Amino acid sequence: MTKQLSEEQVKHIAKLANLQLSKEEIKEFQKQLAETLDSIAHLNQIDTEKIPPTSQVSGNRNVFREDIIRPSQSQEETLANAKRKHKGYFVTEAIF
Amino acid sequence: MNLNELSLTEVLEGIKKRKFSPKEVFAACQKRVKDIDDKIKAFITIAPEIKNAIPFAIKDNFCTKDVLTTASSNVLRNYIPVYNATVYQRLLNAGFGLLGKTNMDSFAHGSSTETSDFFVTHNPWNLDHLPGGSSGGSAAAVMADETIFAIGSETAGSIRQPSAWCGVVGLKPTYGRVSRYGVIAMGSSLDCPGPITKTVADAEIVYRIIAGKDPLDATTVDIPLTPAEIINFKNIKIGVAKEYLAAAEEPVRKKILEAIEVFRELGCKIIDISLFDPKYAISVYTILQRSEVSSNLARYDGIRYGFDRSNFNKENKRRIMLGTYTLSAGYYDAYYLKAQKIRTVICQDFDKAFEKVDAIIGPVSPSLAKKIGASMEDPMFGEKEDILVEPSTIAGLPAISLPAGFITGLPVGLQIIANKWQENLILKLAEAFEAETKYYKIKPKI
Repeated sequence: MTKQLSEEQVKHIAKLANLQLSKEEIKEFQKQLAETLDSIAHLNQIDTEKIPPTSQVSGNRNVFREDIIRPSQSQEETLANAKRKHKGYFVTEAIF
Repeated sequence: MNLNELSLTEVLEGIKKRKFSPKEVFAACQKRVKDIDDKIKAFITIAPEIKNAIPFAIKDNFCTKDVLTTASSNVLRNYIPVYNATVYQRLLNAGFGLLGKTNMDSFAHGSSTETSDFFVTHNPWNLDHLPGGSSGGSAAAVMADETIFAIGSETAGSIRQPSAWCGVVGLKPTYGRVSRYGVIAMGSSLDCPGPITKTVADAEIVYRIIAGKDPLDATTVDIPLTPAEIINFKNIKIGVAKEYLAAAEEPVRKKILEAIEVFRELGCKIIDISLFDPKYAISVYTILQRSEVSSNLARYDGIRYGFDRSNFNKENKRRIMLGTYTLSAGYYDAYYLKAQKIRTVICQDFDKAFEKVDAIIGPVSPSLAKKIGASMEDPMFGEKEDILVEPSTIAGLPAISLPAGFITGLPVGLQIIANKWQENLILKLAEAFEAETKYYKIKPKI
């Protein structure tokens, strides 16, 4: 079965991803996302019920470090690339 | 021979014998960049000064303190890091000097270097063709003798595939062997930096400098870098996967079959094996990578650094959108979790293969370097291009690409894959193949 994505779904994903898409982009992604989902649908042929997931392959487990204070970036360095700053803080849009 | 044309091994020897100074080598590379980079377009940023150090180029997704670091994206077109990536820092500590930052696919989203927001890099063998990607600038700069060596990074194929298309050596170490600290993240469970060099010996030198445990990257491992032992080729079993040969186009397959004969003559035992169909790896990789991309690129808000999210290009947005979908409520199990489970199947498949063989050889890319423009028509261009490198990256395995001959003036890359932490074996096999074939001596006329 061919995967369908509604325009509303695409708009919802864009909102989750914090992306502003043009009308053309919404149309284009609606088609392309469905195509990509179709092309990966064959994974359902593989029975994975009894298979555990692999999230990383390094073999490391529970990596700890000493909780000690060490030098870090200065306030000046941290703010060096900020477009807007005020008295040593980043300035952001209001979020509430 | 001009100094910029030397391999790293030759440069180190020449300096030791006081034939020339590191400064002269640096100046020769800088001159070469000035002379030909308007044709190749490998570099985004070039160091203005001449340093008394052996020069190297590094992909523009490695943070370099006080030097512009863009990841070839408009989002970061003004970003000046205040710290160094570990790989870069280790090279500076070893006495090397930054020649410049190389072009790439924007945020490494591609296999062509064509999705760079700034310009396309050209293949030194034929300027109408792509260098591959995403480390296309690094591979092209090495082949064009603009630098002594370069650093690339790979999520799936981004070191090996441009190395194959440009005819240089690219080593993708085991995941966890080289620190990702300060590398602009793409797929965090897959990303791995590595060297792109003129010869296998050079790759080994650079690999030994950049590899090793880093307290700043908790995924790095504490497995010692043992010196390579002399191997008896008669004891080496090399697997040839029929699925991998079948995926390659005919002329590429022919060159790989020739390469197999070289190993047979060296005394290796060649064994036909069967691996999990790589077409599934493409799909697993697509889900894992897009999901991790959407998560990693969520940080770009234009507040702390860089420009806002309207500056992502279409390929960035396409990947963020798919990854957001596959991680979203109701779809996580069907996509991301499912892909992680099949990742287990792929890892187990390689485990089984390495019970029978020591290494696996095959093509790097199914095709020769494609023409400029080729990546723009297909949203899955990269995945199809990288079909033969994705399974091993999913399993975190080390692999190398090295030149295996030429067809219609374009190089073919041979891939050697081994089990985790077996970089030494890969390097020894690659070195033996290189000594027999000497393709690195053939250079393009630019």
